[in-house]
Amino acid sequence: MSEQSRTDPRPPNESSRLLFESGSRGRTAFSWPEKTPAVSDSIPQNYLRQDISDFPELGELELLRHFTRLSQCNYAIESHFYPLGSCTMKYNPKINEVVARYPGFSLIHPLAPPALNQGALELLYTLERMLGEICGMDDVSLQPSAGAQGELTGLMLIRAYLSAHGKPRKKIIVPDTAHGTNPASSTLCGYDVVQISSNEQGVIAAAAVADAMDDEVAALMITNPNTLGIFEKNIEAVADVVHGKGGLVYLDGANLNALMGIAKPGHMGVDVLHMNLHKTFSTPHGGGGPGAGPVAVKTLLRDFLPTPRIVKTANGYDLIEDMPASIGRVRSFFGNFGVLVRAYAYILSLGGDGLEETSRMALLNANYIRSKLERHYQLAYNEPCMHECVFNDRNQHKYGVSTLDIAKRLLDYGFHPPTIYFPLVVSGALMIEPTETETLQTLDQFIEAMIAIDRESRETPDLVKNAPHITAVRRLDEAKAARKPVLRWERPEEEA
Amino acid sequence: MSYTPHTEGDKNQMLDAIGARGIEDLFRHIPEKFRSTAKIDLPDGISELAVQQRLAALAAKNAAANDWELYLGGGIYHHFIPSAVDAIISRSEFSTSYTPYQPEVSQGTLQVLFEYQTLICQLTGMEVSNAGVYDGASASAEAILMSRRIQPPTRRRVLVSRALHPQYRAVIATYLRNLTDLTLEEIAFDGSGATDLGHVKRQLNERTMCMLVGYPNFFGVIENLAPLHELCENAGAQLITATTEPLAFGVLKPPGAFSVDIAVGEGQSLGVPMALGGPGFGFFATQRKFMRNLPGRLVGETVDSEGRRGYVLTLATREQHIRREKATSNICTSQTLCTTAATVYMAFLGRSGMRRLAEVNVARAHETYRRLIEGEKLEGCFPAPFFNEFVVRGKHLDEIMRLCSERRIVPGIPLAKWYPELPDCLLVCVTEMNDREGIDRLVRAVSN
Repeated sequence: MSEQSRTDPRPPNESSRLLFESGSRGRTAFSWPEKTPAVSDSIPQNYLRQDISDFPELGELELLRHFTRLSQCNYAIESHFYPLGSCTMKYNPKINEVVARYPGFSLIHPLAPPALNQGALELLYTLERMLGEICGMDDVSLQPSAGAQGELTGLMLIRAYLSAHGKPRKKIIVPDTAHGTNPASSTLCGYDVVQISSNEQGVIAAAAVADAMDDEVAALMITNPNTLGIFEKNIEAVADVVHGKGGLVYLDGANLNALMGIAKPGHMGVDVLHMNLHKTFSTPHGGGGPGAGPVAVKTLLRDFLPTPRIVKTANGYDLIEDMPASIGRVRSFFGNFGVLVRAYAYILSLGGDGLEETSRMALLNANYIRSKLERHYQLAYNEPCMHECVFNDRNQHKYGVSTLDIAKRLLDYGFHPPTIYFPLVVSGALMIEPTETETLQTLDQFIEAMIAIDRESRETPDLVKNAPHITAVRRLDEAKAARKPVLRWERPEEEA
Repeated sequence: MSYTPHTEGDKNQMLDAIGARGIEDLFRHIPEKFRSTAKIDLPDGISELAVQQRLAALAAKNAAANDWELYLGGGIYHHFIPSAVDAIISRSEFSTSYTPYQPEVSQGTLQVLFEYQTLICQLTGMEVSNAGVYDGASASAEAILMSRRIQPPTRRRVLVSRALHPQYRAVIATYLRNLTDLTLEEIAFDGSGATDLGHVKRQLNERTMCMLVGYPNFFGVIENLAPLHELCENAGAQLITATTEPLAFGVLKPPGAFSVDIAVGEGQSLGVPMALGGPGFGFFATQRKFMRNLPGRLVGETVDSEGRRGYVLTLATREQHIRREKATSNICTSQTLCTTAATVYMAFLGRSGMRRLAEVNVARAHETYRRLIEGEKLEGCFPAPFFNEFVVRGKHLDEIMRLCSERRIVPGIPLAKWYPELPDCLLVCVTEMNDREGIDRLVRAVSN
């Protein structure tokens, strides 16, 4: 806000002062009082560096203030409503943080003998079975680090299966509503991408798949509910078409939060899927990870799962590495174990009944927002919605106000914007996923803000177009950042 | 437990607004056959106290480093983590925010990542860094894929040192298997424990795309990068280093000092607890001229509409959400909270602390090595210089492991599983967490 910047007495970059612009030569927060011999007594001098030039030199309090101040520049679930569609920004329970920090989980080494990590292996073994039950699938690997790596793993399983039964085939069918990771993962797995269109109801028709399907198609990737928040009601017929030509069906489980106890993907003809534990199973997003992207399969893909597999024997839990058909490892060790502990605690806390209630309330919250906003914003598709709903900016656009403007204006009202301009099939998409952990009062406040922005779009459009006004910084010049990228701090030449 | 705040009154009010009679109306459009079989057969939920008790019971069945003396490295390291690190990353503003797509309300995460990128450049001596990837193993595979984007299609042979972490080699093999233009060849290690330069020289030719070595390698050996770089440069191949223990760069010449093309590795060592090997993060740095070929997120500096400095995600046209099947990588969610931890950690240790802690590691590891091979049971395996882990050889390793286990010591990682040619060898790691008394106990347990 210009008013504020005029009254702000600080130099313009004071609020973004970097670690490297703070501190003082010789200052340190770290000490280790112990006499040690010179390193050059142990390692030849020509292997050694003299200094880490320009590394920070700060005291402990100075450092904590720096990072605490930075944290206060973030919106987060615990400070703000965060209705990002397809991201499932639900509450991240504190108990999960506490148990993940138990020394028996946080201070254990992956290459210790399995006999010394029995509790961890038991947890992983049990979590695999819990996730399989929730999805209606036969087996699970917890190794993938995030959803996109889960996709890659799933496609590799499909490729290995098809190769073992003749040839890997060449193509993957991906709907136009899919997450960008779907085509990117397909390429990484050595496949060409064939995009198909969703129909006027926002779903995939069996006929569209049949047109694209031939004996060079390895798989169809489908998201259910899809990124429009609509249940793919034809999924079984679609799966029949794919299976009829010898292909397999991959389900992107990003939106599993809509389905728990309501419908199981394993009953819909799905052969393999991934879940995002940092969405449905409440583990924190951390500003962009770590997450976890377990992969669940039907029996036909079991032999191809990544190694090692955890097995239960008469003498406890053990690891099996010798699986000749396996695709091998997709990452080191056991995946993001700390994230898996949190998800396990979440499932234990809620139980089967609580998970079902979770999905039901996620649907209730999304449908409530939809019903309250559809008079003010145009629905992209007038179909029943599941856990999220998608509007466009057509009503506001005639006043020159775009989805980006609406998103930025929401920041002034203290709300994180919805996902915008996605899915790509909706021009000016506003994709709203409230999740089940929000109260009616919070939803009403958000709805009031959205209605107010609609009114402002008609009455004072410039107010919306120049938003945000009261955030720590105003709209940032992204084009400048990309034109001549500055990706690191460097000491100004006059100081060097 | 329950995390849904809805009262019966709330539900009725909301259903009225929607025009539905019950929650079931909201999903009645789903085919009945799916709905009728969706019941989740798991036990009912339990109290927070019961969750704590159940998890504590499981945790108690593991050999945690606060209770056991672990001499285990091999890609995951037990280091001291200052209290400030967890205090900062436990702040919900960092832990419960999303990927910073809305920069006006994400300057905290964005500036931290900009600082992280800078710190990684300084530590590795490289020119640019991305904001982190999953782990050191997938970073190694992504580095090879990046080389594939840079090198001409006539160069598609990939050389990987056998002394690189075996799990990294396994992940590379998985990632490359379906990309039929690439061939993967293994380079032997020599009697010193370093990559065999003679073998490298023989294998390099005009079709070689890149060469990948561990630095330090899986045996803890500090590879001699100067001649490796010269060989690769003369052959037109890119040199990639993968580091499992970046604390070594507190004292070692960093990869950038040898003009390597891509430097990747596992960052867990930098302020992230072991946690059975995850989550940590992969660091990924390169030369400026290759910037647009990087996978993963990048944060760049810019200004806002009033001229104030700020940070944004940039060069997104490389990424999956824009480029889809033509993206440089499929990565979306990565490991940001772990890179945040590493940023706080590196800033806390700072210029003198990184060096100091690395010196302590060198001192304790080398002292332990000398004392272990002074006895009659063990001998040194490789003569090359090492940082904080090393390989010893001895008969009756199983017996030594058993005797140590009775004393709540795990003396190292037997190598035979990955290296049949090293049947009696043990990879031993010593960090600042292994104190003098502990080392005495280890030496006694092994010598008896």
